[in-house]
Amino acid sequence: MQLNINGATHDVDVDPDTPLLWVIREELGLTGTKYGCGIAQCGACTVLIDGVATRSCATPADSVAGLEIRTIETVEDTEIGRRVVEAWVENEVAQCGYCQSGQVLAATALLSDIPDPTDADIDGAMTNLCRCGTYNKIRAAVRSVSEA
Amino acid sequence: MGVIDQLARRLGQAPVNVSRRGFLAGSGALVLATALPLRPVRGQEIAAEAPAVTAFLELRSDGTALLRSPFIEGGQGIFTAMAQIVGEELDLAPENFSVEIAPAGGPFGIMGGYRLTGGSMSTRTGYPVMRQLGTAARAMLVEAAAREWGVEASELTTEPGVVVHEGSGRRAAYGDLAAAAMDLPVPVSPALKDPADFRWIGTALPRMDVRAKSTGRQNYAIDVEVEGMLLAALRHAPRLGLMPASVTNQAEIEAMRGVHSVQMLDGAVAVVAEKFWQARRAIDAAEIDWIEGEAQWPMPAGFSSAAFRDTLAGATGEVVEVEASGDAAGTLQSADMVIEATYDAPYMAHGQLEPPSATARFNEDGTLDLWMPCQAPEMFVGAAAAAAGLEASQITLHQQVLGGFFGRHFLYATANPFPQAIALAKAVGRPVKLIWTREEDFLRDAPRPLGLARFRGAVGPDGPTALQVEVVGEGPTQRWYQAPPGQDPSATEGISGKTYAIANTHIGQIFHANPAVIGYWRAVGHSMHDFMYEGFLDELAQAGGLDPFEMRLSMLSGSERHRTLLERVGEISGGWTPGPFEAEDGTTRARGVAMASPFGSEAAVIAEVSVDGGEVRVHQVWVALDPGQVVNPSTVEAQVQSAVALGTSQTLVEELVYENGEPTARNFDMYPILRPDQMPQVHTAIVESGAPMGGVGEPGLPAVGPAIVNAVATLTGQRIRSLPLSKHDFG
Ligand code: FES
Ligand code: FES
Repeated sequence: MQLNINGATHDVDVDPDTPLLWVIREELGLTGTKYGCGIAQCGACTVLIDGVATRSCATPADSVAGLEIRTIETVEDTEIGRRVVEAWVENEVAQCGYCQSGQVLAATALLSDIPDPTDADIDGAMTNLCRCGTYNKIRAAVRSVSEA
Repeated sequence: MGVIDQLARRLGQAPVNVSRRGFLAGSGALVLATALPLRPVRGQEIAAEAPAVTAFLELRSDGTALLRSPFIEGGQGIFTAMAQIVGEELDLAPENFSVEIAPAGGPFGIMGGYRLTGGSMSTRTGYPVMRQLGTAARAMLVEAAAREWGVEASELTTEPGVVVHEGSGRRAAYGDLAAAAMDLPVPVSPALKDPADFRWIGTALPRMDVRAKSTGRQNYAIDVEVEGMLLAALRHAPRLGLMPASVTNQAEIEAMRGVHSVQMLDGAVAVVAEKFWQARRAIDAAEIDWIEGEAQWPMPAGFSSAAFRDTLAGATGEVVEVEASGDAAGTLQSADMVIEATYDAPYMAHGQLEPPSATARFNEDGTLDLWMPCQAPEMFVGAAAAAAGLEASQITLHQQVLGGFFGRHFLYATANPFPQAIALAKAVGRPVKLIWTREEDFLRDAPRPLGLARFRGAVGPDGPTALQVEVVGEGPTQRWYQAPPGQDPSATEGISGKTYAIANTHIGQIFHANPAVIGYWRAVGHSMHDFMYEGFLDELAQAGGLDPFEMRLSMLSGSERHRTLLERVGEISGGWTPGPFEAEDGTTRARGVAMASPFGSEAAVIAEVSVDGGEVRVHQVWVALDPGQVVNPSTVEAQVQSAVALGTSQTLVEELVYENGEPTARNFDMYPILRPDQMPQVHTAIVESGAPMGGVGEPGLPAVGPAIVNAVATLTGQRIRSLPLSKHDFG
């Protein structure tokens, strides 16, 4: 199967229903995408698929063949992604950091779509769990990008 | 309290220059070592001889420094705080430091002993030692310059990273002096800086790890890659005490793609494969026959948390006194009105976002390397040695930055994957990384114990006159460190150790063993007992027709520190307003107040709630926190945010239910944790009273729950005595 990940085409030899998460982590060795729950609950495994924040643990690899997949490793290749990362650094959002790859990508997807999101937009898009409770800083960081 | 005094006494040791001891030889670096005392784990004050902890500073010729932190980073910002403290006394900007975790034992065994990252103890125990370390290193650099220039050390000063001789205008960079300084003896007690001159301590320095953690570049145990390793997934017996008899479709499973082998473990079956996903898929397909086996803490087949709660509620037995004053029994006997209530709080999962994992590699010389998360390296090495049949000296532990911990990564028999990883690596003759799925984590986590307390109190026109509490159950410090009933703070803290003046009190513990493998959860006993105590305090206020805020103030008349803190939280919330009142958005809201004295710090909290569709919504939380003194205010503020999140989460939604000996939730679908849209706004006031330094990681949590519950009582008239709120209907 051929997957387009971070701008390059990768031939991967996996069972077709292997979750994209494990293809990214184990076949490509990109470990910035995290396993948290495996059942689409937490969002630690978020990647962008054609720009849409998607939980890769519940996404069979063969369902995204031909689509453009972006992981945290190349988030700074886009202008919005770069600004989101800067906002995350500036606001010191991360604590343990384990959820933050997913949070940064969710924010990138949101702000690419809606440059000036309302609180309701943020509530709707930023649904990833953070056990360290960085939610207020996440919101502040999203705001700082939209207000910049 | 006594713990801190004991610590302070043990802090007298001067750093030792170990740079000539053979290790790190050739690095041309000044290497200082110092002994840190053991954090006296709750209940471990009983351990007579506390072993030491090592911390190392290496000053390189390029002027940068490597600091080996005794404490592991898990999001609390401890690496940055350690660099701030050492940098302050050394006079080297914290940004010139790299910080890594100090290895367990090994070549640094001249110190021996233990350490723990927990109990909100890292900064406060590290603070005096790290200052001493920094100032000793600075004195040696100054002395090296003095010898080189033939002047008195007293004529020299430093600027960040540079020794200066004002008389002659000569300057030398630290990096150029490091090699000469390393031959010098360590000064016995060089002077510490006057805190008034602090340049970095007390400032909001940015954390060192934020960029890596915002770009996916921070690695955790689950990301460890070892050459030639296989991956493993497993399934535990549904109850502790069962063991696998057979895997009826073993041949089929071993024929699955990528599978290396099926392995029988103690109370579990594992599949080892080329890839984790292959192992996971195979173990999911396994048909396993479980039979009764042996376990130290077998889970009774019919165990249910609801029935256990009722058992605790009815438990009789010896009440071991924890604290007492006056004559509580007599006062209650003669009181006109006695208020009685039973409070309980559920089991809770840690739910750290990184699932547990461990990687084990046996080397050709028979030694063992381990990669894993851990909050207590020396204890883990000891346990790993026992599991592998090796000496501790044959084990190298690579501690990984923690993807959250909250108490999850202490040594709990049956809750840590590393003994299984060791067994698997041995069995297959290759390195193995074992990852527990989230489902296996929930099954074998060491949950916060279900707890219960029975309250009796009397109240007069000026406040409570008597309070009698029986706390029923078992604390994790008894389980893991054999603290006896009555001397196990984890079993009663938050009901014991309160600061209010009540003339007649009796706080006792009735020990009742907990069938689950219980553990430490953020704020430990405080995570539930302050909820119970502060809730009951509001019940007394209500019975006495007193305002809960004013009543607390009057009960604190003897303590300026606590009064100040309570007044402060009132102030930042715009003045105490219990409500109910109508908010700008049209919702009806109320506020509740509570206090706690956890981990050497003091906290006062006000929470504002409304009810929406039968569910409680927490809008705002105000926290006044007095940790005595502060190293990094932005880290403290972040920890308060985090503690409020977890405190709100446990109060609103968290509960690990057992039925038929098994937890009914195995993942975040059945065990909800706080969602982003449930997060309250948090307003923090840090009060530096100058009292001895307390913790900051946990202290923000305990008063959050009762403040919410007290607000709910004011709003709805419903007094909640059993958490979480989600199991009650406020419709
Ligand atoms: S790991 Fe995919 S949502 Fe949790
Ligand atoms: S920063 Fe730890 S889970 Fe979000």
